[in-house]
Amino acid sequence: MFDSLSRRQFVTGVSTGMALTSLGLPSAKVRAAGLLAAQPAVLSGRQFNLDIGYQQVNFTGAERTATTVNGSLPAPILRWKEGEQVSLRVTNHLAHDTSLHWHGMILPYQMDGVPGLSYAGIKPGETFEYRFDVKQSGTYWYHSHSGFQEQTGLYGAIVIDPKEPDPVAFDREYVVLLSDWSDTSPESIYANLKKLSHYYNFQERTVGDLWHEIREKGVTKTWQARKMWNQMRMSQADIADVTGYTYTYLMNGNTPASGWMGLFSKGEKIRLRFINGSAMSIFDVRIPGLKMTVVAADGQNIEPVTVDEFRIATAETYDVIVEPAADQAYTVFAQSIDRTGYARGTLAPDPSLQALIPAMDPRPVLSHRDMGMAHDGHDMGVMDHDMSAMGNDMGHDMSTMKHDMSGHSMHSQAMNAHVMNSKPGPAGFGSQAPVVHKPSERGPQTDMQAMSPLSGLDDQGIGLRDHAQLYGRKVLRYADIRNLTPTLDKRDPEREIQMHLTGNMSRYMWSIDGIKYADAEPVRLHYGERVRITLVNDTMMTHPMHLHGMWSELETGDPDYIPRKHTVIVQPGSKISYLVTADALGRWAYHCHMLYHMPGMHREVRVEHGGKKA
Amino acid sequence: MKTLSKFLSALLAFTVLQVQAMGEDDPLLVMGKLDQFEIRDTEGDNPRVLAGELWAGYDLSKLWLKLDAERVGGETEELEVQALYSRAISAFWNIQLGARFDDKPEPRRKWAVIGVQGLAPYFFDIDAALFFGEGGQVGLRLETEYEWMLTQRLVLSPDIEINLYGKNDPATEIGSGLADVEVGLRLRYEIRREFAPYIGVNWQKKYGKTADYAAGGDIEDAQVVIGVSAWF
Repeated sequence: MFDSLSRRQFVTGVSTGMALTSLGLPSAKVRAAGLLAAQPAVLSGRQFNLDIGYQQVNFTGAERTATTVNGSLPAPILRWKEGEQVSLRVTNHLAHDTSLHWHGMILPYQMDGVPGLSYAGIKPGETFEYRFDVKQSGTYWYHSHSGFQEQTGLYGAIVIDPKEPDPVAFDREYVVLLSDWSDTSPESIYANLKKLSHYYNFQERTVGDLWHEIREKGVTKTWQARKMWNQMRMSQADIADVTGYTYTYLMNGNTPASGWMGLFSKGEKIRLRFINGSAMSIFDVRIPGLKMTVVAADGQNIEPVTVDEFRIATAETYDVIVEPAADQAYTVFAQSIDRTGYARGTLAPDPSLQALIPAMDPRPVLSHRDMGMAHDGHDMGVMDHDMSAMGNDMGHDMSTMKHDMSGHSMHSQAMNAHVMNSKPGPAGFGSQAPVVHKPSERGPQTDMQAMSPLSGLDDQGIGLRDHAQLYGRKVLRYADIRNLTPTLDKRDPEREIQMHLTGNMSRYMWSIDGIKYADAEPVRLHYGERVRITLVNDTMMTHPMHLHGMWSELETGDPDYIPRKHTVIVQPGSKISYLVTADALGRWAYHCHMLYHMPGMHREVRVEHGGKKA
Repeated sequence: MKTLSKFLSALLAFTVLQVQAMGEDDPLLVMGKLDQFEIRDTEGDNPRVLAGELWAGYDLSKLWLKLDAERVGGETEELEVQALYSRAISAFWNIQLGARFDDKPEPRRKWAVIGVQGLAPYFFDIDAALFFGEGGQVGLRLETEYEWMLTQRLVLSPDIEINLYGKNDPATEIGSGLADVEVGLRLRYEIRREFAPYIGVNWQKKYGKTADYAAGGDIEDAQVVIGVSAWF
């Protein structure tokens, strides 16, 4: 690992820059001079000094002020060893509060780095020492948990070497950290979205699209296909809130123009540690010409699965093994979910080689499935029925009211049934409980409800569903993931908590069960309990949900090998379930990892002794 | 630019005393919007028209100012200001309560306003308001606008405005019943989201008693317009 990294640095001549950055000195001029860091510095050991400060950067031709760790964007790669205790002294050189959160780490809550929950944050000029035992191995990351700082550059990789021999064999490894950079301040991006929610979407359906559709399908069918979207006042082209219009997608801090580069020798097994450290971007990753064997998800070893492509949501990590058999270059291609841009790098036996950069796939449009409608219906009768049950602000006011009322009584019945049948289904197979929309979900803060949400397990996700058929690419699904080692906590869940991810796209408001974080009570878990969390996505956006401090054990169908994740994609209009063992006392954050969804779509999870049994 | 960004980040440092675990969920925002800022080509002096709004507030409640003004030959012929409290009542609709002041034409008129503003199914922008004036006068205004995306930046936008009144008001030349209808069609190009020059046509006609009051003046007029729309 270190050999390959230092050789790489030597080859491209960025070692000077690296030396500067690892000393925490400003390296603005290094970057400006075009000597981009191909990979951030690696800091290893047990003691770390991390300095958070301002840093001039230039990714687009315009100079901007980033916030960085030790002057490096991304932040230095931290290399730890399982079983050791690490000490991280973080000093704040900013004019305002900051924090660092160790994403996916199992640690005491006071060390988790969430201002307001773990501690008060780090004040300007102060140093906070994090100290905790490293109890796991694999690929993780760290980032600021203050304000929107993460967007401005405060993120980096964590690689933890296992205590026992690594079950994954490889000759060489690279961190591949994906992120998104904007020259616009995050506060302005957020304000733009609130003023005009489609501000960054330049892929709306046009009159030209309509004309094509009419010519293809005829007026009647086109009208029917668009009727629901028109009535619900939603855009089928609403795939990403913030797009390549403002984002420059980065791979290890390199723009698509410069590209990241990783070297290999033919026949080597290369371990690529993919981390999505972006603020708002979901990437679809592939390396044309190479199969990828996924060996770990969110840092945890899984039964190897060989795929051609995988989706990585904000905050997820995947480790893959690739074995280039030829002396040629390969492009590591990470296109954004809405196909408005990509991050890229090159794997090559020689730094002078480059591979072809593939064209992006066609932009996806949302389907009925993404609205929580099981029927992708041509049957208008079925569709009308679904629609009437669906909206909380649809069509004519009177009919809406009627539907609301009938919907409501249906829900109360469902709720009673839910309470009576309180024993949740067995571990590993997900929820059998009815989907219940709470009354708090209704109001101006929400714009839709998924009435028949499908499980997101088998779903590759928007824009990927037809890739096997169209391009012969096997795309990773959550259903393909099995833990490498047996499930540790084999208990069935004692209770099930159903939470709905809610929002109003046009007002750009996000919440859980219709209640934003500021107004919400904590979710209380009692210490030691095994609980199932079922998330229902009542929006048409993809939400990567991150529970701090405890594993989200994704129920992918095999109770004996339940994979452990820290961030779980909840597909639009879909549901998903995972088990949590509440073995970590304290106050934890639980939120959507989309930076601009997070302020509202957020809960405190409080793990306490005692408490009432469900 | 660099100095400016330094100044701004220093300003931010002063205003954001404590940064929380995430960005501020529901910050106070201010938006100013020029919907129409245009010259209308007609016989005689070309009118200059300004229609826009300014709001400040939060996700669900805002204070709005709506402004409508028309100047012809250096004289302000029409100046109408509405000050409204806007409250979200459902996913796509806001209720707006407040006051309207007609500074021009004279004599001045004051109104109480109750309106709904929002997005109807099939993406029609709607603004409908009832006005309660002095002496039992009542007015009703219906406005709707639609946007056809010809391309991602070229937008063709038809709009219609209808005004009805309960009573005759000879001083301001307003008659009871349907008073006037205005229909526009504007083609704008969004250079940025916030800035779009446009060209278009605007047609207006007075009806009934209102038309009688205006006899001798313009009862019906169609104009070519050129202008910009912009917001921050």
